[in-house]
Amino acid sequence: MGENVVGQSVRRPDLVEKVTGAAEYCVDVTMPGMAHAKVVRSDRAHARITGIDVAEALAAPGVVAVVTAADIASLHARFGHIITDHWILAPDKVRYYGEPVAVVVAETVAAAADAVELVRVSYEDLPAVMDAEAALADGAPLVHEQAYEATGDESFKNLSHVDEGDGAQQVPSNVAHEVTIGWGEVDAAFADSAVVVENTVHFPMLYAYAMEPYNAVASYAEGALSVVSTAQHPYMVRDDLARVFDLPLSRVRVTSPYLGGGYGSKSYTKVEPLASVASWVTGRPVKLTLTVEEAIYTTRVDSAKIWVKSGFAADGTILAREFDVVMDSGAYADNSPLVMAKTVNRCFGPYRVPNLRVRGLSVYTNTSPASSYRGFGAPQGALAGETNLDRAAEQLGISGADIRRRNLVRKGEEILPGKRGIDADIPADLEMVVESLERDRKDVPYYGIGFGCTASDAGAYPISTAQVRIQIDGSVLVLSGSTEMGQGSRSLLAQVAAEELGVDLAVVKVVQSDTSVTPYERTTGASRTSTLVGLALQRACADARSRMRDMAAELFECAPGEVRDRPGAVAAPDGRELDFGSVVRQWFGGSAGEVTGVGLLRRDGATQKMPPFWEVGMVGVAVEIDPETGVVAVDQLVTVADVGFAINPRAVEGQDLGAATQGLGMALHEELVYDGPQLANANVVDYRVPRTTDLPRKIDLMIAERRDGVGPYGAKGAGEGTLNPIGGAVAAAVARAVGRWPDRLPLTPERVWRLMNRD
Amino acid sequence: MSEAMFEVTLLVNGVPRSATVPARRLLSDFLRHDLELTGTHVGCEHGVCGACTVLVDGRPIRSCLQFAVTVDGAEVTTVEGCTRPDGELGHVQQAFRDCHGLQCGFCTPGFVTTITAYLEENPTPTQEQAREAIAGNLCRCTGYQNIVASVLRAAELRAEETQR
Repeated sequence: MGENVVGQSVRRPDLVEKVTGAAEYCVDVTMPGMAHAKVVRSDRAHARITGIDVAEALAAPGVVAVVTAADIASLHARFGHIITDHWILAPDKVRYYGEPVAVVVAETVAAAADAVELVRVSYEDLPAVMDAEAALADGAPLVHEQAYEATGDESFKNLSHVDEGDGAQQVPSNVAHEVTIGWGEVDAAFADSAVVVENTVHFPMLYAYAMEPYNAVASYAEGALSVVSTAQHPYMVRDDLARVFDLPLSRVRVTSPYLGGGYGSKSYTKVEPLASVASWVTGRPVKLTLTVEEAIYTTRVDSAKIWVKSGFAADGTILAREFDVVMDSGAYADNSPLVMAKTVNRCFGPYRVPNLRVRGLSVYTNTSPASSYRGFGAPQGALAGETNLDRAAEQLGISGADIRRRNLVRKGEEILPGKRGIDADIPADLEMVVESLERDRKDVPYYGIGFGCTASDAGAYPISTAQVRIQIDGSVLVLSGSTEMGQGSRSLLAQVAAEELGVDLAVVKVVQSDTSVTPYERTTGASRTSTLVGLALQRACADARSRMRDMAAELFECAPGEVRDRPGAVAAPDGRELDFGSVVRQWFGGSAGEVTGVGLLRRDGATQKMPPFWEVGMVGVAVEIDPETGVVAVDQLVTVADVGFAINPRAVEGQDLGAATQGLGMALHEELVYDGPQLANANVVDYRVPRTTDLPRKIDLMIAERRDGVGPYGAKGAGEGTLNPIGGAVAAAVARAVGRWPDRLPLTPERVWRLMNRD
Repeated sequence: MSEAMFEVTLLVNGVPRSATVPARRLLSDFLRHDLELTGTHVGCEHGVCGACTVLVDGRPIRSCLQFAVTVDGAEVTTVEGCTRPDGELGHVQQAFRDCHGLQCGFCTPGFVTTITAYLEENPTPTQEQAREAIAGNLCRCTGYQNIVASVLRAAELRAEETQR
């Protein structure tokens, strides 16, 4: 369609800053007069706090203050964008090992760390529930005895697809949230099925491991709060902080510089309230940087146990599916209710399922709080749904490809009634993966291939705004509240603006994520930026162009309708051209001024139907297993990015391989393990993430561009899709290699060896 | 009770730099906080991730596992020092730029220093050797393929330069 700048693998402008060490991350940010905080954390899983003695710590050299719950009782000392259950500092009891109990503020990090050891917290132990099963048992101790008010975040309902059981808890229990969906006559369909396949899977407790740990520097002064933090969603954090301090939104400023990784784990509020209350108490800017261990105890990924049962006709047609999802969401809800709602939406896959019943529970336990992670419930759900389908194929005597070919929805079909139909050609994507895998299949023992597909109701809630500011020299500032965390949005937004305005990419500068400067953006998540911010930015560019035409009409002395757009310029009916800079200078006079274009996006028109787009996950793997050791080597990794249109193809490939590699980590290596009240491996020595030596032997990253998205140039989001089906694909590949089905991830050498060698 | 302080002087990226610090000051904190060279990143504090790798007398070491006082007098190269004297990108930095070898970039400084030292030892690595050379550094964004390509590209750029 004749685009010039979009569709090109342009070099990201942040590459140079990042290779020289000049790029500024939050952890590099300081404020004048800054003090340093360290957190006193609970050393037990569940206990009543009977006293906190801060005298010795306060007397230690360099200590400015020790902040406890009592010091912040006059504030709304809780946060949480769905359920405001998350205490900034434990007020009367601790709910997990690692929970913040006090903050020590000192002149240096070392002085604060020393004084942390001097704070004496006395506890009275309470019985703990360390997993979901214990938490759901009759008479289980309660993690939360009280109910909390909802935040009134209306989008939560719009993002989940809930039939009933939403919200209000009747009897106090450890259920943080419950969701059920379904349709049809499930039991009757099971009775009519030729084959019924039932299995249970266990999805591991994970840690996203963004390499820059959570950190923030906050300054509360003269009735205003300014925070620089590692927040993916600075506006959501702003809202939480305004609620805590009862401040107008305009008096809370949250800024996110470059993030050292996010992957969903930096969504929503983390350490910002701790740094902010420390500043509020001391009157000084306060910086708080967590260690990796503290970060793991701040947010992990929901683990899940999922039971699945599916009924099929003799030819492999799905007649009914039923799922029971139980998620261990830890001590505070955070975003887990939405993660669980998304698992419920995403577990049964992009298939025609005439009869469906899904129940999901997000359960409080006395463990590290869980929240968003890349893929958002889809990796959990797909492990169940996809392995169940592959087991069924085996029983039906058909291939994994054929059972999917028989059941996959075609473009336009709905998988959630009333929601947007599927905006992708998933069967075509499947053929791309299968063809690539089969082409390089090896004929060796203990070799297996597996593949899988998912469709995620992505994009989150479509509220997005963008601004472009055209300068007197024709250069362009793009303002967006969307955060650059490595995915390349800064580069992508510059491409869109350069394309729309017809200016050189080199004169476009993108400024992001400062709630006092950049316009509102709800979140940076759910793979939304290319699509939703892209649309808002296109509208901002159109608005700027319209203003330019009006101004030029005055200069040309013609009607605005007669002015024509040219690349970086406008033209009069008589052919005279003025570049943008000249229009601005001449209209204002005095060689000064600028023109601002504003773009607004809401649930309207193309983005009326939820979800804004479907993010397809389509991957395949081939594994080769060493029967002596159980080590799984990945021979092939094949992915398809069904992105509609790749604005920067190289960036899409980078996101896909990155997501798939995290998926391989989850499938083969990664798992947080609780041993009693605390984690046995809350560090990256024992929590093993993929290394270069784990790279698949063959990597085939394909992009399917069919211009079928609502986003700019037909684009849809990317970045999560290839993570989602990897777990199921690896499980199926291992099963085909060894002849037995695993029921849990990660498939460590020991697990695989035991699977092969059990009686 | 005040903590004993020590003056530590290092030749950092060719410039003598000193600061007075306690014995427990890590080299990573010394570089980042005392010398304000924030290009060196701390990603795990356990010597696993490699983001904090700097060159001490030419050898790559984890600056998060080293006390500043123990390297007093040493020559230290950080990622900032991997740039050419005229401010242009060094060959490893250029290779990362050419190969899109990063996303969030937090791990990149440790890769740049590690690869710089490695190519001094082995200027013509094979693909397999390139992979091994960076097996001690973690990247959570990229899936490593473009970083391996960056090692090979850096070797090419380095060779072109030496031939000139």
